Amino acid sequence: MVAPLLSPLARVTPPDAASPATPHGHPPLIEVDRLSLYYGAARALHDISFAIPERLVTAFIGPSGCGKSTLLRCFNRMNDLIDNVRLEGSVRIGGEDIYARDIDVIELRKRVGMVFQRSNPFPKTIFDNIAYALRLQGFRRKSEIADIVEQSLHQAALWDEVKDRLHASALGLSGGQQQRLCIARAIAIKPDILLMDEPASALDPLATAKIEDLILDLKRQFTIVIVTHNMQQAARISDATAFFYLGELIEHDATGKIFTNPARKQTEDYVTGRFG
Amino acid sequence: MTASTPTAPPAPPARRFRASTFEPVSFFCTGLTGLATFLILAILALILGNIFLQGGAGLSPRFMFGNADKDMFDVASAGVWPMVFGTAARVILMTLFVIPIGVTTASYLTEYAPALSPFTRIIRGAVNNLAGVPSIVFGLFGLGFFISAVGGTLDVFLYPDSPKPVWGKAALIWASLTLAVMTLPVVIVATEESLRAIPLGLREASLALGATKLQTVLRVVLPQALPGILTGGILAVSRAAGEVAPILFTGAAYYMASLPQSLTDQFMDLAYHVFVLSTQSPDIEKTRPILYGTVVVLLLLTFALNLVAILIRARVRRNLRRLA
Repeated sequence: MVAPLLSPLARVTPPDAASPATPHGHPPLIEVDRLSLYYGAARALHDISFAIPERLVTAFIGPSGCGKSTLLRCFNRMNDLIDNVRLEGSVRIGGEDIYARDIDVIELRKRVGMVFQRSNPFPKTIFDNIAYALRLQGFRRKSEIADIVEQSLHQAALWDEVKDRLHASALGLSGGQQQRLCIARAIAIKPDILLMDEPASALDPLATAKIEDLILDLKRQFTIVIVTHNMQQAARISDATAFFYLGELIEHDATGKIFTNPARKQTEDYVTGRFG
Repeated sequence: MTASTPTAPPAPPARRFRASTFEPVSFFCTGLTGLATFLILAILALILGNIFLQGGAGLSPRFMFGNADKDMFDVASAGVWPMVFGTAARVILMTLFVIPIGVTTASYLTEYAPALSPFTRIIRGAVNNLAGVPSIVFGLFGLGFFISAVGGTLDVFLYPDSPKPVWGKAALIWASLTLAVMTLPVVIVATEESLRAIPLGLREASLALGATKLQTVLRVVLPQALPGILTGGILAVSRAAGEVAPILFTGAAYYMASLPQSLTDQFMDLAYHVFVLSTQSPDIEKTRPILYGTVVVLLLLTFALNLVAILIRARVRRNLRRLA
């Protein structure tokens, strides 16, 4: 079980809310309860309830506009940045309602890292891209920062490619390398959860394969939630899969089951390529 | 329905790819644009040529760095150093005031203010209207607000026993602040443009790492916008260096025996001195070389201040490009 996420004192989870079972019987880390989200009057997510297991890879699949990225951005409250967003229901991480009044969004985002669809390294050096994240965390000692930078680059399988040019611009890296740098930056501050919003959709097959290997490696330490358009990718790397359609969660189950024996007709149609 | 057999559609007219012959309208318009461009270049050449030909001869180290403590209308002894000093001081001080205020305002408008709120629209409208206010109005505003209201109040509280006003009179600081208010829109608009050009992804990347909005703006957004901010500074310097109206009531002196010693002193000014020389001279023919010389020095100083800003910007750009 993870440490209490946001406050030093663990808050007691209401026992009545029977935690929805996760497909693998792993303890749930993210619990979504009757979540609806509106952009102004338009409803983007409709009454979603499910739980995401700890230290597994959960994939969100579904056609464009189905709300999977919107849901992902609920987990680190990136939707807060958009005007006119209204939320109903709750999202609990490690038992804590992250939309409660007294939640520090800054602390939440340090615990719930994110990798974006378009790689977005800062126009700084490779080293400083990661060091920036560490300095935000309060790291000051140079040797300590250098150690963690190296360690994160190793973890992101990027170290051998960049070790001789740590102080060159991050923007000189290839697309795949940039995305791995963004992953290194996100994991440097040791979040509990890593959210990935189509992290490989702009990459060639080789770079995609590297990212996928990386995800399989990282799931030993992090709980990973990945949005993907690539069904084979979801099948290859995820343990659980959630299928969304028009803002609703249609089905959530072990990945093998979703792809071979889905319970719902819509899911079957989508994973077999009949629509979407 | 008639049973007519479908006929082949009429053959399209043969296309011609030959260049069209002479088109008078096009020719006339092209000529007009060329003429307009030439006119601008000609006017600029005429002004600069006249000034530098007539004024360049009178330039000497004694004239540029000499004091004005003798007769300032005497060709043999006139010097413009106090005016160079005063103009440089007011422009540099103005820059120190206008950049922080302008950048902060622009950051608020692009990073914090809700984009579509009526309040934001009112601020934007105010900024645009500020740009259209005649400069003499800024001079009067400076007199009424900075000197009377701010300076007068300071005197009441800080120097209640002083017989003469300390802050509540024309001074270098009030002239610089008045110019800063005048050039504020230039800096705000330039900064806003460069802030808007920075991709949303960079802000998201920073926020997703647990940076506060302030940390994101200070450490990720503003460093990227620095060249644009400096462009705003360059435009502000160019606009302010030659202005006379805003400093007329707020700080410029007709004559001073020494250089200004503090922010509350008045100062002599190149642009104002040009006005003095051309209106107060006892013999306009005799003082003409001084007048031309002063204008040349004013232009050179403006170019020099611009050049400094441009060099700083080039340096910043080079540093950013090294990372891009």
